[in-house]
Amino acid sequence: MELLFALVIGALTTSGVYLLLRARTFPVIMGLTLLSYGVNLFLFASGRLATGQQPVIGTAESYSDPLPQALVLTAIVIGFAMTAFLVVLSLRNLADNENDHVDGRRESATPPSKLEQEVSDK
Amino acid sequence: MSLPLVVLLPFLGAIAAPLFAQGGRTAIAIASSVPALIALAALFPHWSVLSAGGTVLHTYEWLPTLGLSFSFRLDGLALLFALLILVIGLLVIIYSHYYLSAKENVAKFYSLLLCFKGSMLGIVLSGNLLLMLIFWELTSLTSFLLISFWTHKQDARRGARMALTITGGGGLALLAGILLIGNIVGSFELDDVLAAGDQIKAHAMYPVALTLVLLGAFTKSAQFPFHFWLPHAMQAPTPISAYLHSATMVKAGIFLMARLYPALAGTEQWFYMVSFTGMATLLLGAYIAMFKHDLKGLLAYSTVSHLGLITLLLGMGTQLAAVAAIFHVINHATFKASLFMAAGIIDHETGTRDMRRINGLWRYMPHTATLAMVAASSMAGVPLLNGFLSKEMFFAESLQLNLPGLWAWLPPIVATLAGIFAVAYSARFVHDVFFNGKPVDLPKFPPHEPPRYMKFPVEILVFACIMVGVFPTIAVGPLLYSAASATLGGDVPDYQLAILHGFNLPLLMSFLAFFGGLLMYTQRQRFFDFHAQLREVDGKAVFEYAVSKIEDMAHTFTGWLENGSLQRYAMLLVVSVIAVAIMPLVESGFYIGENGLSPVDWPTGIAAGVLIVSALATALWHRERFYALVLLSVVGLIVALAFARFSAPDLAMTQLSVEVVTIVLLMLALYYMPSWTPMESSKSQRIRDILIALAAGTGMTLITLAMLTQPFSSISEFFLENSKPGGGGTNVVNVILVDFRGFDTLGEITVLAIAALGIYAMLKNTALTPPPGDGLGHSWTRDHYPLMLRQIARPMLPLALMVSAYIFLRGHNLPGGGFIAGLITSVALILQYIASGMVWTEDRIPFRYHNVIGLGLLFATIAGAGSLAFGYPFLTSSFGYITWPVVGKFEVASALIFDLGVYLAVIGATLLALVSIGRLSPHSAIKSKMEGA
Repeated sequence: MELLFALVIGALTTSGVYLLLRARTFPVIMGLTLLSYGVNLFLFASGRLATGQQPVIGTAESYSDPLPQALVLTAIVIGFAMTAFLVVLSLRNLADNENDHVDGRRESATPPSKLEQEVSDK
Repeated sequence: MSLPLVVLLPFLGAIAAPLFAQGGRTAIAIASSVPALIALAALFPHWSVLSAGGTVLHTYEWLPTLGLSFSFRLDGLALLFALLILVIGLLVIIYSHYYLSAKENVAKFYSLLLCFKGSMLGIVLSGNLLLMLIFWELTSLTSFLLISFWTHKQDARRGARMALTITGGGGLALLAGILLIGNIVGSFELDDVLAAGDQIKAHAMYPVALTLVLLGAFTKSAQFPFHFWLPHAMQAPTPISAYLHSATMVKAGIFLMARLYPALAGTEQWFYMVSFTGMATLLLGAYIAMFKHDLKGLLAYSTVSHLGLITLLLGMGTQLAAVAAIFHVINHATFKASLFMAAGIIDHETGTRDMRRINGLWRYMPHTATLAMVAASSMAGVPLLNGFLSKEMFFAESLQLNLPGLWAWLPPIVATLAGIFAVAYSARFVHDVFFNGKPVDLPKFPPHEPPRYMKFPVEILVFACIMVGVFPTIAVGPLLYSAASATLGGDVPDYQLAILHGFNLPLLMSFLAFFGGLLMYTQRQRFFDFHAQLREVDGKAVFEYAVSKIEDMAHTFTGWLENGSLQRYAMLLVVSVIAVAIMPLVESGFYIGENGLSPVDWPTGIAAGVLIVSALATALWHRERFYALVLLSVVGLIVALAFARFSAPDLAMTQLSVEVVTIVLLMLALYYMPSWTPMESSKSQRIRDILIALAAGTGMTLITLAMLTQPFSSISEFFLENSKPGGGGTNVVNVILVDFRGFDTLGEITVLAIAALGIYAMLKNTALTPPPGDGLGHSWTRDHYPLMLRQIARPMLPLALMVSAYIFLRGHNLPGGGFIAGLITSVALILQYIASGMVWTEDRIPFRYHNVIGLGLLFATIAGAGSLAFGYPFLTSSFGYITWPVVGKFEVASALIFDLGVYLAVIGATLLALVSIGRLSPHSAIKSKMEGA
């Protein structure tokens, strides 16, 4: 089980980092989302993997570690806030620079018309 | 107490002095003298201890873990320097009183002067090397401010900057050297360091430590090749040149070498580094001094040369040479300070310092001329003056150096040559200025004697030159002995301070120097012609070139590192993380801890497989943004399942609701964005990124595996035990969030609120036109709000609200709580926006989300602050039970109010973010306008 869990985190990190290194905002946001899944699972796992031991007093014989769970719960919500902020940042970038390149420059990236040209070619 | 007081007083004076500026120049000069007078009085009682060879130590702890203490230590060497600093300081204050014109900023001048005095006293009285370094840097800073005192002069600013760069850089080297020494000895206390000389010299790091310390000393004392800053520092007002750049600060490097003499000297490396640097400086300074037409320039290079002489003496490593070095420190300080003051008087009275124009002043200012001539004779080494005595000792020591073969001739020849130059430039100072025809085109004519008491400090110093020269034993004998004893660690050789030691080789060298120098002066035109052919290396130009080169390199490097590409920064960031983690990872490798692996059940295995495939597929098909997003949502849902599977019901619920909101958000964003990512990266770049990503993923896998199979102990026992009795709830996760770690949660909902407001602000006046179709040629559906969805969504709202209320209320005892309830409510509301549109929904929502966020934060803070009213710390919760009709016994905790705040903040933030994006579309733009009207 532990190896499987580790592989899951590894896969999330690999995909997350690869997308993080892309040049357009949308893949980068998706990459960050994947990465934050991985980080959350990792943090959660620091309390070890337990089955049927939810930390609610009186519902189980022994309890899993509640502290990482509390930390991850807030991390999920904050992660959402960060994602939302980034999405809006990229929308604003799109509005100001007419492209969705991560560098946030008007001239350096492909203008949208050309982009659409490519798409319609495809 | 008296030693720290001595150091502290000038700093207090620096604060107080400007207050007296209102009272006129005399008042501030008197006020500025007070610290030095008190300090002298405070030092006086210690003499009995010092003359017996003892030391006085006053220590106060400061940062003991760093080895840094307020430790002040007085011995013979420290006393000698302290007296020089205090007495010459007093004379300089008197002199400055006449030197500064009425329109100068005297408050700044005296204040800085006192700051410098305090720092300098700090260096010589520190009993802790780190403390000394602090004062050392302070002298560099005050020197910088004093050189650039006339801030309107470009040369002054440049000179100051150069001095600061060189001495400050040396200070850094010294810091490193001191840290090494402290590391070797195990203490920064001077007493410990001086006692550990053999230990230091035997240590493998000794050569490095010595080099670094010497770099500090050489830069400060203007030794070759760092000497060039000193002449440019002469842009300072002349009292400053006299005080800082000849008598005291430039001697700090000498002091340092003398101070650490027992700890560092006596090795071959010391001998070669110090004596050869000294020799080069001695000769170079003396040579250049001869060709300077500027009075202060001549004196500056002469100072460089004399500092070289003292360094050479210290480098020789013999005890007698060390005594001679200390002696020359006293003598040089007296005659050079008086010469600078005389030069200042001449500058003051004639308006120029150019020796080609100043001639024949004997007729106009005979009194000043006499004083200057005596001091200059002392500089030249004329008998019956103090300069002669120490120079004689220097000549004698130069003959004692046992260098192999012909090299044995080098020190005496260098010494005699430098002596010849010294006589020549001294002769020039006397003859060119006071005789040699008539003044040429002076800005102020005719010059006359300065105010009576402007000459007073010069007289005192010249008197000292004569006294020491004629009655050396009486005048400085005990002080010199005490200082030499402190330098040599108590081991003082027999030496005699006689005016004449009989007719011997050193005396012959003196004669040679004297007549050679006079001859050279009479033939000076030939030397000037010869010198004019040489291409002088301009230290300043080299320095400026080096500085601009370094600046260029920094620009290039910054430009290379920060090229504006976020993609590149992200890559560097990830690569740095991998680089940091790679060593331990390679070491541990595929590590499975003591706990071993547990078996995998089928459902978990399948779910994990789907997750891995979806995650990799998201990356693989990320160009097709919509498909990638669907795959991403699969990943998110399985993560929620994983939380449920591994005993974290709260996390599962949170993840599930956040997942819904996130995907809606990304779909909304995708509506405006291109739905397809162009292929931009080259193949090699993609392969590079894949390798980086694989390295990161492999690293995380190995770390996770190693962590999961380790046995562990957690602090959570406390939370599990106290959740019910202390927090009044059985859902430990929720109790942690709203009670044990409530302050963290308050911080987190605040961050959430700020993010939402940031989103609102970013999109407030932004308009985005969505593309007409989905990028694949399909146009959007005409049916904006499908009937079926609308009909299902509307009855969902009250149901969802009821569920969220239930989840909220039970949160303290069963999985649920403010975060989850808030997200459920948000999802239900968002569904209304999606199903029925912005206009319809907003018409029916009677509040703004900003207010909801504010209300949430307010509730959370009030719940926390409420406990303050009852005398408990912030966020202490209390709880009790009430019985409601129908529902029955129900627990009410003050934490519930806090959780209500969380609930509201989450709703407000989530909806504000999504609605702000939704408003971008043209349909809602109309609505926004209506709203604004």
